[in-house]
Amino acid sequence: MEEYPLKQIIDEQGNLVDMQDRDRIHKELVENGYYHMYRIRTFDKKAKSLQRQGRIGTYPPFEGQEAAQVASALALDSDDWMFPTYRDHGAMLTFGADMVRTFLYWNGRVEGCVPPEGKRIFPAAVPIATQILHAVGASWAEKRKGTDHIAIAYFGDGATSEGDFHEGLNFAGVFQTPTILFNQNNGYAISVPFERQTNSKTIAQKAVAYDIPGARVDGNDFFAVYFEMQKAIKRARTGGGPTLIEAVTWRVGAHTTADDPTKYRSTEIGMDVVDPLIRMERFMKNYGFWDDAYIQKTHQQVEEEIESAVKAMESYSKANVEDMFDYVFAEPPKQLLEQRDSYLELLRGQ
Amino acid sequence: MKTKRQQSKDEYIATKSMTMIQAINDGMKTVLENDETTLILGEDIGKNGGVFRATDGLQEQFGEERVIDTPLSESGIIGASVGLAVNGFKPIAEIQFMGFIYPAYDQIMTHVSRIRMRTMGRFTVPMVIRAPYGAGVRAPEIHSDSAEALFTHMPGIKVICPATPFDAKGLFISAVEAPDPVLFMEPLHSYRSTREEVPTGHYTIEIGKGKRRIEGNDVTLISWGAMVPLAEKVAKQADAKGISCEVIDLRTLYPIDHDILAESVQKTGRAVVIHEAPRTGGLGNDVVSIINDTAFLYLKAPVERVTGFDVPVPLSSLENHYLPTPQRILTAIEKVMYF
Repeated sequence: MEEYPLKQIIDEQGNLVDMQDRDRIHKELVENGYYHMYRIRTFDKKAKSLQRQGRIGTYPPFEGQEAAQVASALALDSDDWMFPTYRDHGAMLTFGADMVRTFLYWNGRVEGCVPPEGKRIFPAAVPIATQILHAVGASWAEKRKGTDHIAIAYFGDGATSEGDFHEGLNFAGVFQTPTILFNQNNGYAISVPFERQTNSKTIAQKAVAYDIPGARVDGNDFFAVYFEMQKAIKRARTGGGPTLIEAVTWRVGAHTTADDPTKYRSTEIGMDVVDPLIRMERFMKNYGFWDDAYIQKTHQQVEEEIESAVKAMESYSKANVEDMFDYVFAEPPKQLLEQRDSYLELLRGQ
Repeated sequence: MKTKRQQSKDEYIATKSMTMIQAINDGMKTVLENDETTLILGEDIGKNGGVFRATDGLQEQFGEERVIDTPLSESGIIGASVGLAVNGFKPIAEIQFMGFIYPAYDQIMTHVSRIRMRTMGRFTVPMVIRAPYGAGVRAPEIHSDSAEALFTHMPGIKVICPATPFDAKGLFISAVEAPDPVLFMEPLHSYRSTREEVPTGHYTIEIGKGKRRIEGNDVTLISWGAMVPLAEKVAKQADAKGISCEVIDLRTLYPIDHDILAESVQKTGRAVVIHEAPRTGGLGNDVVSIINDTAFLYLKAPVERVTGFDVPVPLSSLENHYLPTPQRILTAIEKVMYF
């Protein structure tokens, strides 16, 4: 699509596409980006290994999508809203979700849905595309309250086939809500490739139908995502309404630990081409940001954090049966209390 | 388009040991072979063979025109099936998990179930909607719902829920051959838990007929789908305590087989209904009503229900507390025995 060219700041070899961008890229941003990408990559690897050992349940890996998730989350302000999917715990962790609770979530614990106090992170949407409308509503509320806070909705390429995607874009357009509609086009919705998902050549072009701005960026390029996000956020905060961003990336692994991608995906794109961390590393080395001491310290710090989070997850207090009943309503109806009490009595009698 | 003449029931002699998922796969293969108007559509059902492998090998054998990977859109799958069905095809639509059927609820509630009535029979939309349901496999959130009552309450669609490989295939073929839409609920917990001998060819099991799984005299246990093996297990435990349980597998949830309930409860005078869906508005209440209508004067105790609680299915760490347990069922059995 001519109208929506893939925007890059750095290419696969980590070279700046346009040298003028050199001035926009500062050490703090580079190191922050690298740190978070390395952190969530390590988390993701650990989670996959815990699943294989039966220490957590089914897990959807996000390997390959670190740049899209980290850059989009880092571009937000702490008072903004995040509406993630089940594959966006990288973005959630970057935005301030608790790592122990993130592990707990994938171990079947509802505590994993609860964000830290004051953090506006909605529980991950498990159905597809439903959260897009929530982000539209939450950012609409901010607009009505007269703040400059925004909301970001994360969703994948498959989500664009659901009605809620179109309803979300339409509402966002009609009410000019300060919403970032952040798509990670990772090439596959479980087994169905993007070209079988939609007849559109891009997702960004779907913005045309709703007359909202759309952009298509290289989702494996941390800086391309970050700067596009900044632009869209600025527009949203200043009354310019929503933006659809398509971050073109690649799901390196399976849909979840329960499926085998070799069954449906014959072409693998080499990590050399798609891996956002390799690209960032190359960039850092090419432009003098790579500092062995800093890198070593970062790696060590991340590994310690993750080991200690796993320990905390595994020594977490046992799931509380009463929680299943007590949080359904502000005041549980009598019959629900009766169900709870008679079950608890039965358990006590065991 | 031709519909191949169906083989007579006597023609199946060969059987093969199958799990439920294999039996359902074999059922789909049978109808695809017999009826050129059938087609299968759903998410990840083609190349991937379905997330549970229910459609494994079918696209390879029957081609992409008949075993179709759709875009990720449940409402799209069912809405398009309405159009296909009214215009000469017989769609077999897979909803990946029952917890993802809700975007399609509008299509099913307002169109699939009403087209025959609204057109006085001019248009009909016979189709089968397959949906794996139920908890107990440590699946992620929303993957464990058991939403039969939302559909048994919906006039104009039949609801089937088999418990064994043999029943699954025979009922599935009946569902495909039925003149009206059918929701075919598959207990995912039972997909691979047991095997039995299943005929390899064409056979059908009548929709609307329950089955007595265990014969007994003191208490009737009534259940369906994944709760049937649990009821059978508890019946054996009760037997060890000197209580003889009869186990009824409803198999069809709409229309429910009144006769089998009447006959059994008139004999035992006691009943316990077991289902994993929430209690309030659950199908257990219909079963109790049928027992009131058909066996009230035979009852020696009020009918007990052992069900999921009135809460959303919890995340996997608590799902075993949500599901009916042998202990809860035994307690209910003792309650009706010593009322």
